[in-house]
Amino acid sequence: MLECRNLTCVREQRVLFKQLNFMLSAGEILHLEGPNGAGKTSLLRLLTGLSSAYSGDIYWQQENIIKQRESYYKALLYLGHKSGIKPELTVLENLQSFQRLYSTQADADLFEALLMVGLVGYEYVPAAQLSAGQQRRIALARMYITDCKLWILDEPFTSLDKHAVQVLEKRLIKHAEQGGAIVLTTHHELSIPESAYKKLRLSAPAEEEQYV
Amino acid sequence: MFDAFVQVVRQDLLAAFRHQSAILNPIWFFVIVVTLFPLGLGSDPTLLSRIAPGIIWVAALLAALLSFERLFKDDFIDGSLEQMMLSPYPLAWLVSAKIFGHWVLTGLPILLVSPLLAVFLSLKMDAFCALFLTLLIGTPILSLLGAIGVALTVGLRKGGILLSLIMLPFSIPILIFSTMAIEAASFGQSYLGFIALLLAMLVGAITLAPFAIAAALRVSVS
Repeated sequence: MLECRNLTCVREQRVLFKQLNFMLSAGEILHLEGPNGAGKTSLLRLLTGLSSAYSGDIYWQQENIIKQRESYYKALLYLGHKSGIKPELTVLENLQSFQRLYSTQADADLFEALLMVGLVGYEYVPAAQLSAGQQRRIALARMYITDCKLWILDEPFTSLDKHAVQVLEKRLIKHAEQGGAIVLTTHHELSIPESAYKKLRLSAPAEEEQYV
Repeated sequence: MFDAFVQVVRQDLLAAFRHQSAILNPIWFFVIVVTLFPLGLGSDPTLLSRIAPGIIWVAALLAALLSFERLFKDDFIDGSLEQMMLSPYPLAWLVSAKIFGHWVLTGLPILLVSPLLAVFLSLKMDAFCALFLTLLIGTPILSLLGAIGVALTVGLRKGGILLSLIMLPFSIPILIFSTMAIEAASFGQSYLGFIALLLAMLVGAITLAPFAIAAALRVSVS
């Protein structure tokens, strides 16, 4: 489904990774590993098409993502460091806005999604009044209404409590079983069985290759 | 597709109404600047009606500049700009919705208070009609052109001054044609030519600016 060919990423003259190749098929979970500053978030942003690569291309269903953004974005759910929650809007309004602006299941039930992430009773509270973890949960509620095939998640477990982490991991496994694909970064030890996901370790290139 | 447009406008208006100082600031600024002139210059009606078009238009321009800071900045900070760029709808279309919302919050209030200010500055009826028309056509152009500058500077930490540098040269033609139209009207001459020129600028801005803004956002956010 998703394929990277010879991807090189350069930030401020520094090579983060070089000639990266990988393929992700339906039903796979890819866990990006690496120390801080190894380029995990940069790679995820390249995969979404938000930033462009120094060299190399990314293909979705055999087509370059830059050339067919709209059909790619129909299939893409991205959760970044910044969750995209508007603090002035209530929890329900935030979710409604996701529902109208992105591709979602036709019969998606917003209240059920809120039930899954444990935000029942907060529907009409402005997001600004919620805690960091609760705001994160609003963004995570999108996973219960979306029909996107590819999920790109940057540190999805940040500021979640243990129970929420378990629920989220179950959701990830279910998505993979239904034929979706997931790329995620996290420093948290996944409790998903090792066989169920692939790992990609980003490490700094050799000393002499670090600068362009 | 139209749903998405309505949704973007609706959420921007909702957010603005819950955060009232942000929408009231530019319009307050506009009203205060315009009302201070008669106090400072004395209440001679001939003098006031002669300088009124310039005062109102300059104040409108500055009020617009003041309001641009908010156009994409909040969205950039909370990450919804990123999300908007990943929406399956064309970015230029969603950006148009944001600018329409911005105009409703800043251009429209200026239009609504303009009759009151015309009385303050003892503008005659036909000059006021010309003023109203030029504001009606000119403020959307300002919003569209300003948004290009905002899109280019949104990723910078202190983009405010750069923004006004980018934007002021582009807004000067609008200022000139508008004040000329009002002047012609106050002498009882026909001002349709100026209005036609402004309309041409508006059509150009509506059709081209959203694409420029979308491209600028893709550059700034990467």
